Amino acid sequence: MNNFDYAKPSTLKEAIDIYKKYGEKAKLLMGGTDLVVLMDDGVLSPEMVIDLKGIEELKKLEFDGEYLHIGAGVTFNELIDSPVVKEKFPVIWEASRTVASTGVRNKATLVGNICSAVPSADSAPALLVRGAIVVIATENGDREVPITEFFTGPRRTVLSPGEIVKEVKVPASNGKFGGSYIKLGRYDGEDLAQVGVATIVTENKDYKIAFCAVAPKPVRAFEAEEFLKGKDLTDDVLEEAAKIAVKAISPISDIRASKEYRLYVSGVLVKRSLKASFSRLNGNGPAYGERLV
Amino acid sequence: MKREIKFTLNGDPVKIEVMPNEKLLDVLRDRLGVKSPKHGCGRGECGACTVLLNGKSIRSCITLAIEVDGQEITTLEGLEKNGMTELQKSFLQHNSFQCGFCAPGMTLTATELLKKNPHPDEEEIREAIAGNLCRCTGYKNIIDAIVDVSKKG
Repeated sequence: MNNFDYAKPSTLKEAIDIYKKYGEKAKLLMGGTDLVVLMDDGVLSPEMVIDLKGIEELKKLEFDGEYLHIGAGVTFNELIDSPVVKEKFPVIWEASRTVASTGVRNKATLVGNICSAVPSADSAPALLVRGAIVVIATENGDREVPITEFFTGPRRTVLSPGEIVKEVKVPASNGKFGGSYIKLGRYDGEDLAQVGVATIVTENKDYKIAFCAVAPKPVRAFEAEEFLKGKDLTDDVLEEAAKIAVKAISPISDIRASKEYRLYVSGVLVKRSLKASFSRLNGNGPAYGERLV
Repeated sequence: MKREIKFTLNGDPVKIEVMPNEKLLDVLRDRLGVKSPKHGCGRGECGACTVLLNGKSIRSCITLAIEVDGQEITTLEGLEKNGMTELQKSFLQHNSFQCGFCAPGMTLTATELLKKNPHPDEEEIREAIAGNLCRCTGYKNIIDAIVDVSKKG
């Protein structure tokens, strides 16, 4: 790993100042579970690493009735241990449990996960179906970007140097819903997703579907959602919805799965996830966190 | 570019100068002589380098030493300062390990689990140690040993 200078500011303003000064030559450090590996591999060689762990306001995890605020410093295990996340944001809770292993989740953060923006980011489908908003601190004040517009490609986001995601805020749901996140990996623990699918079903027959690991970036399946709107989940409707949903994805072949397998299994998993979400809505589904594959 | 950091290592204060790019694992092993954390994959995937940071298991191979300034680090050496723990005794009894390379990480991860959840079921144990790879044993005797401890107390 090349050497670099290290700063640990205690305010966001200070962090933005340093980031502006170094621009592309600086990298932000929170959990470090992606960054340190990339620096070790020589993929990234920043001149400056800005450790954000000294900024108290980024550690906020709080539900104010309107939004769940997930600060940039909140780790996956903190989300998993939060009763309000489990109760009111169960798909985020379920997805958080699938990220790597507990030793990684003690440091890795949800905000770091979306900022790394790998196509397989497990937290992304759950945030996409919940309509999350990314709050970005800049030198000119905060700006907000819907999660659907945040990712621009593999490892790419709308962020530019000098901008720091301070939190993700997730709107509360009005009314009853059921949801699920299914991660298909080659084995349990520590693997990246071959396919990840999140769905939400509401009592008004409103549906949300999102994928990770099967397109250059995590995506919503808007067309399938539109098709499903107001319909009951009969076998025929599910079959048709799955066919439409996979039109939203464009998987590649890699070490974890072939393109053909990903396409096929995405359809299978959409149906399974919708069924699980629907049964949870009706209170007779598998508990959140239970194995769905 | 060297920086002085201070942290608590197994209950004792440590003061050491580090370069920002030095990893915690290397500082512990090569500069402080603490040899229980092992270098396995070097990418945070195998769990051999596990240490506790303020009581929580982390991967010391993907943690910068400079990050732990002011924090508390515990390794196996600290855990057994006053003799073997019940968990370690159970591992011995069950002959849980063969080569032992994964043992320090496995022990710290299971220690963290039992502290948080003293009576985990087998599924919870499997989930907790999913990130600690053992290539000798097939995990059965490791899990049996943790199950035994979970039934006590």
